[in-house]
Amino acid sequence: MNIDSIKNGIIIDHIEAKKGMEIYELLHLGDLNCPVAMITNTKSKKMGRKDIIKIDQDMEINVDMIGFIEPNATINVVKNGELVNKYKVELPEKIVNIAKCQNPRCITSVERDLEQIFTLTDKENKVYRCKYCEMSLK
Amino acid sequence: MKHLIDIKDLTVEEIDELIKVAKDIINNKEKYSHKCDGKTLATLFFEPSTRTRLSFEAAMLELGGNVLGFSEASSSSASKGESVADTIRVVGGYSNIIAMRHPKEGAPFVASEKSTVPIINAGDGGHNHPTQTLTDLLTIQCEKDRLENLTIGLCGDLKFGRTVHSLITAMSRYKNIKFVLIAPKELVIPEYIKKDVLEKNNIKYCETTDIEEYMGDLDVLYMTRVQKERFFNEDDYVRLKDYYILNKEKLEKAKEDLCIMHPLPRVNEISTDVDDDKRACYFKQARYGKFIRMALILKLLEVK
Repeated sequence: MNIDSIKNGIIIDHIEAKKGMEIYELLHLGDLNCPVAMITNTKSKKMGRKDIIKIDQDMEINVDMIGFIEPNATINVVKNGELVNKYKVELPEKIVNIAKCQNPRCITSVERDLEQIFTLTDKENKVYRCKYCEMSLK
Repeated sequence: MKHLIDIKDLTVEEIDELIKVAKDIINNKEKYSHKCDGKTLATLFFEPSTRTRLSFEAAMLELGGNVLGFSEASSSSASKGESVADTIRVVGGYSNIIAMRHPKEGAPFVASEKSTVPIINAGDGGHNHPTQTLTDLLTIQCEKDRLENLTIGLCGDLKFGRTVHSLITAMSRYKNIKFVLIAPKELVIPEYIKKDVLEKNNIKYCETTDIEEYMGDLDVLYMTRVQKERFFNEDDYVRLKDYYILNKEKLEKAKEDLCIMHPLPRVNEISTDVDDDKRACYFKQARYGKFIRMALILKLLEVK
């Protein structure tokens, strides 16, 4: 399967197979006015199967969100057809407005204009806790 | 400006200092009776809690200060849909310090981010209740004369009981503490308390369903109420509410200097025949609550 290479844009690689669509939705890539390629379930030497997202436009992306969904992902930045930057995302220390606290007793369920903030409390087990009620994110 | 939202906001040294001041207040009440002249405490109780509110108000009055506030959300602007952030900004203009209870977990933290005066968390849902923990620590210190080298039994609702979780967290910072966790299997201590607090700090603990099994080893026995409001299922509550009833018979093997505590209110979990036992400390504990709150108000208002 061939997907055209991009000239200026971003490639999100090494996404665990089937997780690509979640990142696509959360980054609102469907709202962009440029070609976006979503490659799912493609073969990978390292991972067996993986997803790749190619965005044919230079843009700011929410790296924390990608790191939260797929901490093993790699970001490739392409300019004028050349790879100018490549880095691995990391599990973010804090996520803001990416997930919603599920605790019905949490103040975030009623207070207006309150950001949904979670902090990483256990990196090994990827445990995030709500900044307000401290309930872990499921 | 300092607030008290979570017992972890205080260092061991700060807790020790609060206990020292509280003990001095107990012994020299006159010395403190005008320390807060001209200062006002607002008690914002978005859910009723007569005991805690009265304790805060008594504490401020005995320091010479004034109190204002409300005792339920229906008599506040929250019933009109006002946010916590707005209420706090307004009340901060009428008071020097605020004690706040709210059914939503994290509400006092939200308040502290917007407040121009110190905020004391007087309980937020099933989350934190740091002044209860301070009360418990002062009680143990006064009754046992130490906060180290203790075997502490915690009995009843260890799953939802926030006082128990906070007490474990606070006591885990002292040397040679052992816990005996006594609960029916439906109400055992949550895994994260075991993992993040007990095991992380290498605290020895054992779990049992039998209140008498380790009775002879205990220096402190902390009883808790099974709280109806924490259950979604009435049948579960009815089945578990009388699981443990401490009475004289069950205390037969207990040490002579055991300290029996309870955050109150009690329902059935301690038989009234224990009340006259010299080891029953729960009413004294409620009194200690006023003194530690006095010490806390002084600290947060930076009154020397």
